[in-house]
Amino acid sequence: MENIDTHSITRGGNTYHDGVIRQFSIMAVVWGVVGMLVGVIIASQLVWPELNLGLPWTSFGRLRPLHTNAVIFAFGGCTLFATSYYVVQRTCQTALFMPKLASFTFWGWQLVIVAAAISLPLGYTQGKEYAELEWPIDLLIAVVWVSYAIVFFGTIAKRNIKHIYVANWFFGAFILTVALLHIVNSAAIPAGYMKSYSAYAGVQDAMVQWWYGHNAVGFFLTAGFLGIMYYFVPKQAGRPVYSYSLSIIHFWALIFTYMWAGPHHLHYTALPDWTQSLGMVFSLVLLAPSWGGMINGIMTMSGAWHKLRTDPILRFLIVSLSFYGMSTFEGPMMAIKTVNSLSHYTDWTVGHVHSGALGWVGMVSMGALYFMIPKLFGKKEMHSIKAIELHFWLATVGIVLYISALWISGVMEGLMWRAINVDGTLTYTFVESVKAKTPYYIIRMLGGLLYLSGMSIMLWNVIKTATSGKAAIVAIPPVHAHA
Amino acid sequence: MSDFTSNFWPIFITVIAVGGILACALGLWLTSRIKVASKPGDNTSGHVWDEDIREMNNPLPRWWVGMFIFTIIFALFYLVAYPGAGSYAGKLGWTSTNQYEKEVAAANKALEPMYAKFTAMSAEDLSKNPEAKAIGERLFMNNCAQCHGSDARGSRGFPNLTDNDWIHGGSPEKIKETITGGRIGMMPPIAAAVGTAEDVKNVANYVLSLSGSMHDSGRSGLGQDKFAVCAACHGADGKGNQDIGAPNLTDNIWLHGAGEAAIIKRINEGKVNQMPAWETKFTPAQIQVLAAYVWGLSNNK
Repeated sequence: MENIDTHSITRGGNTYHDGVIRQFSIMAVVWGVVGMLVGVIIASQLVWPELNLGLPWTSFGRLRPLHTNAVIFAFGGCTLFATSYYVVQRTCQTALFMPKLASFTFWGWQLVIVAAAISLPLGYTQGKEYAELEWPIDLLIAVVWVSYAIVFFGTIAKRNIKHIYVANWFFGAFILTVALLHIVNSAAIPAGYMKSYSAYAGVQDAMVQWWYGHNAVGFFLTAGFLGIMYYFVPKQAGRPVYSYSLSIIHFWALIFTYMWAGPHHLHYTALPDWTQSLGMVFSLVLLAPSWGGMINGIMTMSGAWHKLRTDPILRFLIVSLSFYGMSTFEGPMMAIKTVNSLSHYTDWTVGHVHSGALGWVGMVSMGALYFMIPKLFGKKEMHSIKAIELHFWLATVGIVLYISALWISGVMEGLMWRAINVDGTLTYTFVESVKAKTPYYIIRMLGGLLYLSGMSIMLWNVIKTATSGKAAIVAIPPVHAHA
Repeated sequence: MSDFTSNFWPIFITVIAVGGILACALGLWLTSRIKVASKPGDNTSGHVWDEDIREMNNPLPRWWVGMFIFTIIFALFYLVAYPGAGSYAGKLGWTSTNQYEKEVAAANKALEPMYAKFTAMSAEDLSKNPEAKAIGERLFMNNCAQCHGSDARGSRGFPNLTDNDWIHGGSPEKIKETITGGRIGMMPPIAAAVGTAEDVKNVANYVLSLSGSMHDSGRSGLGQDKFAVCAACHGADGKGNQDIGAPNLTDNIWLHGAGEAAIIKRINEGKVNQMPAWETKFTPAQIQVLAAYVWGLSNNK
């Protein structure tokens, strides 16, 4: 094949803009600890309701959105900003476009997070799951996000490598789609400086919300993190990506199909039957495109499996892919109407979300951060490899406890809700199903506690690494003519 | 009713939904044919990123392609059988509404013989029949306890069903009527008709005096005349009127709060309170059993 990069301009002497990546990486770990701590608190409230403290600000209903926002948008968001800025520069062999704007995305995003952390406990909410923040904060998010898109796509535009690497396709799709989702779903009529009403009514509002909600999973928590996977797995394994053609088909099929899956959150509701059917059908079609990413990641390990024995970072990445494969199989199954009639509204859903969130999103983020952070601070490796090892096991055991507890409790409560006596009455009252879940709620809380303790060890390890190193200045390598 | 505002939308939806599924299949076929030239023994696309990231030309895994095609075929069959392609109803004629109605009808039919013996029994007998009582209790716990409490003793705004104090009447027939059709309790804001704020306070104290509650006797004396406005519904003696759901004010049972402040608030603001109708949820026989159970809560002590 012809040398593909010969027309590129080699820029000597320039360096990558890594300052903003250092900021985002550190904050990702800090917010990870905060968000997971709130998760453990609310999991404990479900077992011991007294922990609501009888105060409105610390009640479950206000802390639960704080938890979801903190882990998704603060921990997950900072990780995505950090990794996408890292990956796009290195795979395009060029510095960030408009670095000042990139710096604004950092401070703007932190402001969003702080505003969320204050306004949610105060009770300001739009009442839309994963889109609770009130309109002034929504406007700030939109401004930060558009800036993010300008920096990211600007960097792509000034790339020195002709071909756009697959990780950047996923990051690009994630950035564009989240902008679209956020702006459409957050459209509202303000009725005061922290109060608004949705622009949509009734079942249409519900459909827009779950079109947003499921694609927040599909693009924020899947496409974005697949972008992470596509860079850090081949890097850490030192192996080429398994299949180029698989990348292409699973990328396009994934981003097309995800868009349709939202209605499976509204099975057996006022949503028209045809819409529910389309949601179910596309959720099933989504299985293969999702698994395409898992296969491409795991098969990249061929020839390097032995590294799993010694490399805890690689273990984080590969176990995350296993959880990704598991939850993207479980998801389509739960979207089947007959399965959904059992699983919907139960803890099974919560377990499913956490197998994706703790297993896939959390672990791939941790692997990527452990890879990046020493390099960003001019160190060969993290301060303590043993601590990474310990973190890995705490996280893995924590996830297993968490999801198996909620599988059992979810299926149990689903069966209890539908149990019928011979006289046609329900066998159990609702409160009996709540009571029966107590032991599983304790196990789930312990699983969460293990996961949180792993994250706390990571914070310690990151602080040790960062304080013993210093900001690394990384020169952009000259663009060679590749064979 | 059609879900669509024009004939354009169902076609639009069908075209992009079915077209999208077919596009997945087409994409699968096209990518399986991609041949990227690579040097002998290299098997990579030749692209290199960040010094060492390469990608191989491995073909799509066959089992994965098979799985993808299976889901595509399933999707197409499903859209033929079930509603999904716009306004097309699907070959099976299934709707969630008719599934629900069929299941409810089948269940009610199966239960008919068992309930048949209950419909012939009086409320008094039913309330003592252990089998009917158990069914009534289960119906109550799953449908009524949410508001009236699992001990049926109610809470503020939700009447106590065990005290033989009835707003709309406590005969088995009246209870049945309440469950079947629901009830709306409506007291209008009446302060303007009563007079000044002082008058309202006086009449509130008179109301308190009716049940022997703690009150200011000077004020209650002054308020007695103004009670004529209230008497229109609550009766001259304040004992209420079950035909229009006006509560008895003399029995020291306060649905919306006891004491002067709570009563003044009701006079000033009025109150609308609602119990939903259950006739679409229960069969008449179930309502009969449930009404007898509720009647028994006050009468079989």
